[in-house]
Amino acid sequence: MKALLSGNEAIARGAYEAGIKTAVGYPGTPSTEILENITQYPGIYAQWSPNEKVAFEVGCGASISGARTLVTMKHVGVNVAADPLITFSYTGVNGGFVLVSADDPGMHSSQNEQDNRRYAEFAKIPAIEPSDSQEAKDFVKAALEISETFDTPVMLRITTRIAHSQSMVELGEPQSSELKAYVKNPVKYVMIPAYGRIRRAAVEERMQKLTKWARETSLNTIELKSRQYGIITSGICYQYVKEALPEASILKLGLTYPLSEELIKGFAQQVEQLFVVEELEPFFGEALESMGIKVAKKGLFAKIGELTVSLIKEKISAELGLDLPAQSKVETAGLPVAPARPPVLCPGCPHRAVFYTLKKLKLTVTGDIGCYTLGVLPPLEAIDTTICMGASIGTALGMEKSNPALVGKVVAVIGDSTFFHSGITGLVDMVYNKGRGTVMILDNSTTAMTGHQHHPATGKTLREETANVVKLAELARAVGVKRVVELDPFDLALIEKVIKEETAAPETSVIIAKRRCALLEKGTGKPVGIDRDKCINCKQCMALGCPAIALRDGRVTINTDICTGCNLCVQVCKFSAILKAGEGHE
Amino acid sequence: MNNINLLLVGVGGQGTILASKVLAEVAMQSGLDVKMSEIHGMAQRGGSVVTHVKIGSKVFSPLVEKGEADIIMAFEQLEALRWLDYLKPEGEVLVSRQIIEPVPVILGKAKYPDNIVAEVKKVVSRVIAVDAVDIAGDCGNPKASNVVMIGMLAQKLDFSREVWIEALRKLVPPALLQINEAAFEKGCAC
Ligand code: SF4
Ligand code: SF4
Repeated sequence: MKALLSGNEAIARGAYEAGIKTAVGYPGTPSTEILENITQYPGIYAQWSPNEKVAFEVGCGASISGARTLVTMKHVGVNVAADPLITFSYTGVNGGFVLVSADDPGMHSSQNEQDNRRYAEFAKIPAIEPSDSQEAKDFVKAALEISETFDTPVMLRITTRIAHSQSMVELGEPQSSELKAYVKNPVKYVMIPAYGRIRRAAVEERMQKLTKWARETSLNTIELKSRQYGIITSGICYQYVKEALPEASILKLGLTYPLSEELIKGFAQQVEQLFVVEELEPFFGEALESMGIKVAKKGLFAKIGELTVSLIKEKISAELGLDLPAQSKVETAGLPVAPARPPVLCPGCPHRAVFYTLKKLKLTVTGDIGCYTLGVLPPLEAIDTTICMGASIGTALGMEKSNPALVGKVVAVIGDSTFFHSGITGLVDMVYNKGRGTVMILDNSTTAMTGHQHHPATGKTLREETANVVKLAELARAVGVKRVVELDPFDLALIEKVIKEETAAPETSVIIAKRRCALLEKGTGKPVGIDRDKCINCKQCMALGCPAIALRDGRVTINTDICTGCNLCVQVCKFSAILKAGEGHE
Repeated sequence: MNNINLLLVGVGGQGTILASKVLAEVAMQSGLDVKMSEIHGMAQRGGSVVTHVKIGSKVFSPLVEKGEADIIMAFEQLEALRWLDYLKPEGEVLVSRQIIEPVPVILGKAKYPDNIVAEVKKVVSRVIAVDAVDIAGDCGNPKASNVVMIGMLAQKLDFSREVWIEALRKLVPPALLQINEAAFEKGCAC
């Protein structure tokens, strides 16, 4: 049977068919749907962990105990998991272990565009890259086989265009996999220096074997057509090349690390000119150079952003001296320019009032990763820094400790899920080193940005089963914060009062602003209305940046289709011109 | 058959993804190769969203590039304008007359262009604009405007009507099916 699946759905299906027993991850675009889809299959234990490092370690335990294991994360998540990754490469596996790294060239939904093939090389583990959903499914099985044959974790590297593109997949039957026996083996699994040195040698031996195997594996394929030129490529770029240059000879690398010199030399000898088509880092390009294999043109493609069919066609044709007709398209030059449509905090978003107030009080705000990053855009413009998951708290401490002018003026803003991910240690640091900063945990009871996943405080597991609840306020108190305030972020006056008090206090404070994400409450609120006689059109309410408040013919109006009735604008309006639902507006 | 490239464009939350799923299902049930691509995450918070759908005997890249779209189906006027570069010179635009102002316009920092449909018609000979939200409202739910658009699209493509209805039944929640089938029929008549 065939089905149309995204790369992520296909990986989930592949996990099921290949007998994965344990699947773990932390949500992150573009990887999130893998675990969400795994829950539809029986026989797999699947969970969200609070962060990628823990997820990876749960995976280590699963594999060592004998289970076939899948761990999923976005590219930057691998930074968080890098510590166990690099040493787990030494210990090797018991049950097969697959790490899915979902990279995001073009930064559609990320803070950087690192190329995680570099991690495979750095950690000395093999990496394989599918080029469509069928391969995404099949490569899970291939990865497990490599993992168990060569005693190594395997990286299954995908990119956004693989993760979120749908293509046809032939579904197979699930293959039952037995839990392997767990046998205590300290020399393999306890990485004290004495044993680590033994495993260090095993790693090099393994990589040599894998390099040899790279010559013969069917993951790499050669399509011989034009003798004039050949292209080495992988992943989504393979599809681009097929479309751009149907006549090209292609060496498609399914195993992108390690590379076989023999294989590549063999291919290079069959074509007059050799090109490399790869997104982001010149990973193959550099490898070829060190093998002494000549390419027609070094650095043909920029390291920045995604490639496209037209770019590949244009660059390579130019090198080959082929004349291409320019792509014809609609003549749009004379048309009006479309104003940008940036993403915004939703109408009724519980984060809005916090940023409105922080801006009003002219505080320095260290931000974090989540929907609330949108608080940087006009008109809220409240955020000063955003670096990575959990960075808000450490950054706030560093600022106040280093610049006396900022003492009492820095507020760290972090989401609930992000706080569990990597905010806790930052808070411990702040308490320990007598920071007097204020940490605001924006608790919307979900991981919103990635599509509403559960976390340790929501009371539900990935499978929607009841879970134990870790309470944010208790946690903050337990690490030694004396000033912990919980408040409703729809109460504007209270927010302002509390932020003023807590930033003035000479010790660490935690403010927990608790309200469910507006998208989880959709359809429950009643829209507000405007009293035309009272409204003087001062536009103060528009400083909230709520998409439900718009200017129509120069006058402030409420879009009642999308207003959730959060009543923030009612509180902002000094002329009582905005009325709550049911208070007599039109 | 020649490949057909489509771009479905709109604003986060408008139901472009469901529409593209129905289309892809129809193509698949008709025995064709199909690929579809979308972006999740940041863009969905009220940002501009686009889904690429490519149909044919064999499809490689899942993405439609500039100048390659046979049809642009826009769920919002400004988005039709924004993505027009992607249309083939002989391509066709199906657009819902709905207007959703982006934040820079709401804030008075940018202007929502006047008469977008008329402007688009200056450079594209085949443009069909409908009040899809009103039509869907008449059928019982304005949110079914995406299904009205699907109906319009069905008129343009060479797939059997039964396959479209089948795909709707498969992908739309049963409670909404009646409204959606009505919306589909109305769309076909546009
Ligand atoms: S999804 Fe939730 S948290 Fe994110 S912007 Fe919308 S309301 Fe706010
Ligand atoms: S009550 Fe005001 S601020 Fe809240 S969603 Fe409605 S218009 Fe926006």
